[in-house]
Amino acid sequence: MTQMPPLVALVGNPNAGKSALFNALTGARQKIANYPGVTVERKSGRATFDDGQPVEMIDLPGAYSLDPDSLDEAVTRDVVLGNLEGHRRPDALVIVLDAGNLDNHLRFALELIAQGLPTVVALNMVDLAERDGLQLDAEKLARALGAPVIETVAVRRRGLAPLMAELERTLKTPRASVEPVAVSFGAKNQQARDIARSVIVSETSGRQWTRRLDSVLLHPVGGVVILLALLFLMFQAVYGWSEAPIGWIESGFALLSDAITGALPDGLFRSFLTDGVIAGVGSVIVFLPQILILFLFILLLEASGYMTRAAFVMDRVMAAVGLSGHSFIPLLSSFACAIPGIMATRTIMDQKERLATILIAPLMTCSARLPVYTVIIGAFIPSTTVGPGIGLQGLVLFGLYIAGILGAMLAAAVIQRFVTQSRTSSFLIEMPRYQWPRLRDIALNLWQRAWVFLRRAGTIIFAATIILWALLSFPKAHVGSGISQVEYSFAGRVADGLEPIVRPIGFNHDIALALIPAMAAREVAVSALATVYAIDAADEDAAASSLGPKLAADWSLATALAFLAWFVFAPQCISTIAVTRRETNGWKWPIFMVTYLFALAYAAAGITYWTARSFGL
Amino acid sequence: MQLDHLPLNRAAVIRAIDWDVLPDQEGHRLRSLGFEPGVTIEALHKGILMWRDPLAVRVGRMTVALRTNVAAAIDCELKP
Repeated sequence: MTQMPPLVALVGNPNAGKSALFNALTGARQKIANYPGVTVERKSGRATFDDGQPVEMIDLPGAYSLDPDSLDEAVTRDVVLGNLEGHRRPDALVIVLDAGNLDNHLRFALELIAQGLPTVVALNMVDLAERDGLQLDAEKLARALGAPVIETVAVRRRGLAPLMAELERTLKTPRASVEPVAVSFGAKNQQARDIARSVIVSETSGRQWTRRLDSVLLHPVGGVVILLALLFLMFQAVYGWSEAPIGWIESGFALLSDAITGALPDGLFRSFLTDGVIAGVGSVIVFLPQILILFLFILLLEASGYMTRAAFVMDRVMAAVGLSGHSFIPLLSSFACAIPGIMATRTIMDQKERLATILIAPLMTCSARLPVYTVIIGAFIPSTTVGPGIGLQGLVLFGLYIAGILGAMLAAAVIQRFVTQSRTSSFLIEMPRYQWPRLRDIALNLWQRAWVFLRRAGTIIFAATIILWALLSFPKAHVGSGISQVEYSFAGRVADGLEPIVRPIGFNHDIALALIPAMAAREVAVSALATVYAIDAADEDAAASSLGPKLAADWSLATALAFLAWFVFAPQCISTIAVTRRETNGWKWPIFMVTYLFALAYAAAGITYWTARSFGL
Repeated sequence: MQLDHLPLNRAAVIRAIDWDVLPDQEGHRLRSLGFEPGVTIEALHKGILMWRDPLAVRVGRMTVALRTNVAAAIDCELKP
């Protein structure tokens, strides 16, 4: 029988630097999965002791106590107590403490130590505590807690070796099983505070960076201006910084397409490669730079500690529609992708507010809409400037984001009033100290995002593209019959059925065709259009030119605007629907979500189309 | 004096918390964040524009954001 490596759980308060420590101990080889039976993300990784023995590490969700008030905290409790079915109990705990916040973190530490598992305490972020003028006596803390204490600075990889050595020693020391000791909450609190006070060697007022920054970033007026400026910068950057890398990717695919055209004889297989695979997948991968820039901003906001400040600034605005600043963080993440956004709602304590947030998350303009928006804006909106550094195209994109936000606000107000019938919302959150984001952690996270996107492009989008190409290519229209290949194909005939429904909102046959595979994911609409137009092109030169000019020649401006309005609302993403079903435990809410969003999309596209028409566009 | 009326940047001690007026969940989270009678706190910032809500409050060495309706349940006394 092979012996399983010991399982060690990292556990501690939110903002104790637990994930940074986990990254530092396990490196880039991490496995991300879910805990059995729940959708809480389980991050695990391997570390090795000095003697080469492997040890499995897991990074438990941050918690304040073993008495949970969120789904995340419940998982932490169940794993620590060994109550999570299908998951083994850890062989040891590493309790991660923020050295600068012992008053608040020690109570949970005492509660954990009382569980009787072998334990090592990581006194983390000692450098930040020192920066703030705090000197601690680690040995005294160890005596008071009855567990070894190692000083660490995870972001600088300080104290990692001593921590692993102590962990090894603790695991290999035979010990009598200890019965958990029950102590009352108040008594533990008092004990925690007494210990925290006793281990302080010296305390000066320090530099208090956080406080000074807060007086600017939380300023009643300045804070709002800064937040809006940051968001605007973020969206301008998505457009501006991505231009060059997008150009490289496009020329790369063009070269590849040319090479294949030159190397293979004209025929079905060549059409499959150039019109199907390269046109389809290429038109989606081109948006990777924009998606990464968006995620980069969100990761930086989170890692620096600003995200909760943004929630603070936005709380009253969110309260106007029955939500709170808590909802702001998942909703901002939804600008990158609704799936992590919806999963981030698990930190919202109020269940009605959580549900409302899930239901409106798909209205935040996610990165999958960018391909659609970019193509249409590029084709129909002139690339002029309307002010210093502000392009018209960027402004229209900003307008689409605003449309999504206003739609979400309206939806939230209606949902909280009539669906969840929630009367109050609450906002109560810890605001961590500001920190410089660590490049390695950001890069690791960004790489994980890019990989997920490329995997999607390589699987779902690839498959949808191939199927669509086949549906568009067969049966073959006769040359010289006067009927176009698209109209004659299987897909053309399916779209015939859909067309009468979408005709009133200004959509043409090609759009009807693109909407079907876009149900899998919105960005597929672009690759579908690319495939449609590549196949319909009379000759190779026309096929080689990009999609935008073809759309501009073929669609009216009113149709283009209606198409944009449709995608502000349409819930065309299988993954979002699936994750909503998982997070709400049933089909009721995803069905509700899809229905109201399609109704909104249809209405918005119709209104846009007919308004534009009445202006003669 | 209730926390929502506390002047900014003045240390105060929590005298009592009216747990009964707080929803269970909020009371529980408030406790987890270290709000208890006898603890020193300090109001640092008030919310945006005309609302002046929520509040940012220092508890121990931590900053916590909370709404004024919760703050109203916390009775404090300014330190001399």
